[in-house]
Amino acid sequence: MAKITFDGIEVEVEDGTTILQAARKIGGNVVPPAMCFYTPLKGSGGKCRVCLVKVSQGSAKDPRPMPKLVASCITPVQDGMVVENTTNEDVLNARKSIVEMLLINHPLDCPICDQAGECSLQDLSYEHGVSATRYEEERRSFNKVDLGPYIQLHMTRCILCYRCVYTADQITPERVHGVLGRGDAAEIGTYIENVVANDFSGNVIDVCPVGALTDKTWRFKNRVWFTKPLDAHRDCPTCSGKVTLWARGETVLRVTARKDQYNEVEEFICNTCRFDKKEVSDWTIEGPRHIERSSVISANHYELPVINVPIVPNLPVSTKKNLPQE
Amino acid sequence: MGLKILTEHINVPGIETLEVYRKHGGYKSVEKALKTMTPDEVVEEVKTSGLRGRGGAGFPTGMKWSFLAKPEGVPRYLVCNADESEPGTFKDRWFMEKNPHALVEGMITSSYALGAHTSYIYIRGELLFILRILEKAIAEAYAAGLLGKNILGSGYDLDLHVAPGGGAYICGEETALLESLEGKRGNPRNKPPFPAVKGLFASPTVVNNVETIASVPWIVNNTGAEYAKVGIGRSTGTKLISASGNINKPGVYEIELGVPVEEFIYSDEYCGGIWKGKQLKAVVPGGSSVPILPANLILKTATGEDRLMSYESLSDGGFVTGSMLGSGAFIVFDEDQCIVRNTWNYARFYHHESCGQCSPCREGTGWMEKVLHRIEYGHGHQQDIDLLVSVAKQIEGNTICPLGDAAAWPVAAAIRHFRDEFEWHIKHPQEATAPGAVYRGQLATIEA
Repeated sequence: MAKITFDGIEVEVEDGTTILQAARKIGGNVVPPAMCFYTPLKGSGGKCRVCLVKVSQGSAKDPRPMPKLVASCITPVQDGMVVENTTNEDVLNARKSIVEMLLINHPLDCPICDQAGECSLQDLSYEHGVSATRYEEERRSFNKVDLGPYIQLHMTRCILCYRCVYTADQITPERVHGVLGRGDAAEIGTYIENVVANDFSGNVIDVCPVGALTDKTWRFKNRVWFTKPLDAHRDCPTCSGKVTLWARGETVLRVTARKDQYNEVEEFICNTCRFDKKEVSDWTIEGPRHIERSSVISANHYELPVINVPIVPNLPVSTKKNLPQE
Repeated sequence: MGLKILTEHINVPGIETLEVYRKHGGYKSVEKALKTMTPDEVVEEVKTSGLRGRGGAGFPTGMKWSFLAKPEGVPRYLVCNADESEPGTFKDRWFMEKNPHALVEGMITSSYALGAHTSYIYIRGELLFILRILEKAIAEAYAAGLLGKNILGSGYDLDLHVAPGGGAYICGEETALLESLEGKRGNPRNKPPFPAVKGLFASPTVVNNVETIASVPWIVNNTGAEYAKVGIGRSTGTKLISASGNINKPGVYEIELGVPVEEFIYSDEYCGGIWKGKQLKAVVPGGSSVPILPANLILKTATGEDRLMSYESLSDGGFVTGSMLGSGAFIVFDEDQCIVRNTWNYARFYHHESCGQCSPCREGTGWMEKVLHRIEYGHGHQQDIDLLVSVAKQIEGNTICPLGDAAAWPVAAAIRHFRDEFEWHIKHPQEATAPGAVYRGQLATIEA
């Protein structure tokens, strides 16, 4: 076991745990954001650099601080480590810089993007970004790539987190796509036109933090914050069958895996569940899905009576009373 | 003439053949090391020699070797980094082309010291003709029993392979090199684990530059203490310098570390002065990624001492008034060279060579290039200079590998020392974009 101090909070974790996982054990606002790291995927992380933190004391044995900011998602903890995240100005400035970098070539087409409302980049830029840009050049754009009947690749929105590459490597039996090219011309692609088609290929949509990979059976059907997330399951021969249905009225618009507060899937699901079972009668509904983190979805929460929903967090009590009663 | 450790016999006709190479004392170190020394003794010699990595970072080689993890039953590897791609650097290419056996000999002795039984020379893809030269040399060494099973009857086995890359600058970064050598996309790995613990094929690995490895035979033959006597202070030994730019005699020079920069530029033994007797404007002393220094700061340090060709002296004053020895690519600019254009050219290189794995480098290098392009072609705004400084700062230190730093340093340094020139480009776009136009105001300040 290793004891570390994260933003002044002490936490004890197993040896070999990463700083990010230790911070998640504490939870709340001190947790560094993560765009490329994905717990279920081995080898992911270290690429987007938004989780940079300052290690002001390396360990109890060697108390020297680490010279550079380190990526918390891949740096293992050491006993006696002292880490600064939200308490260190350098870290916050670095994070702001990274968000700026991620956004300079992002099309910012949120109004027509299916991921809007559950997009990690959107959340991140609200929290750490600046409203104006200093970038005046033309933004990078790519041609659309056809990946088959289910998955739409919109490369222009991609932040090259490599999650879909790791997913294809580790979850599906074959990988036909990868990263081509170099630098800011790097892109996800199949090189020779190819269909990403196997029983678990749909999971690349779930792991994508932005709107680069979207579900063709759901594209442009609705905005995510108008839909109701429901936990449901079915007896599936290939996967666990535990999913979240995104329904509007009696219509199931979309099926995804269940994601936790860090947008990480609990169990990967198969393509049959995801793309073919779009009737309420296909599923046993368990109840509403609790959505904790993702921005606007929780603003429309129906688990609680509307009166208690903190739409504006610091709303005075008197105004709250004037809200329409359900 | 200073002592020549690497280039003593380099101009002997036929030195690329085993026969001539042996006639001039070749492969003596292999015999000495394998027959009379233990591997640890070789490592000790290298440690005493104070030899430092010649690829750019200047990390003590002996220390690097002693960090190598030695778990039981796991193979260890020595990899020679011959992916020389830094703009301005051409010493390894020249050395391998002229004297391939010196590298092979170094590889055998160093592999023995590290207990590696398979070693690789990772060579840049553009240098395929040198790959053939090396393969020929290796075949000769195999035939003479210097490679393969039971080398010279000592019971030590070694296989040496040459592997070409695709010509990517990023594959000169040691972990990207290992990825590429494993047959994967050349993306740098996250560290830790370091290659000394988990490198090639997840085994402990040492990656060394060509020049570093080629220096080992001399150290074994003449002892590390002798080597430590050459050079100055902690910069021991000799270094190959790739001198280029506006000088009378561009080329590769072997210098004893500690030669004054002024002597190196102006003496006939080395660069032979500035081309056509023009005035010196600036020098990039260690390859495109190290900070550029204006003439006054390259000849003298900020404290007024003579600047020497050594690791310490060149970095005297930090990045404010100093630079780095780097890989020893000495690029000289005369009064007619435009620093803005040159900086843009470097930025273009890093933009093209960024692997695209981590966001600050992927996006930032392109951004800097575009802004510099704008300034160079007369479309810059006054705030662009501060924007460049800020973007460079945002990249520096936040990336997976040092390519981000290497891209940020030259831009930051050019603005630090030549801000006037950037401002002139922005304020007088028409003059600045006229053919052959160069800002000359800086020279007045240098002379003063």
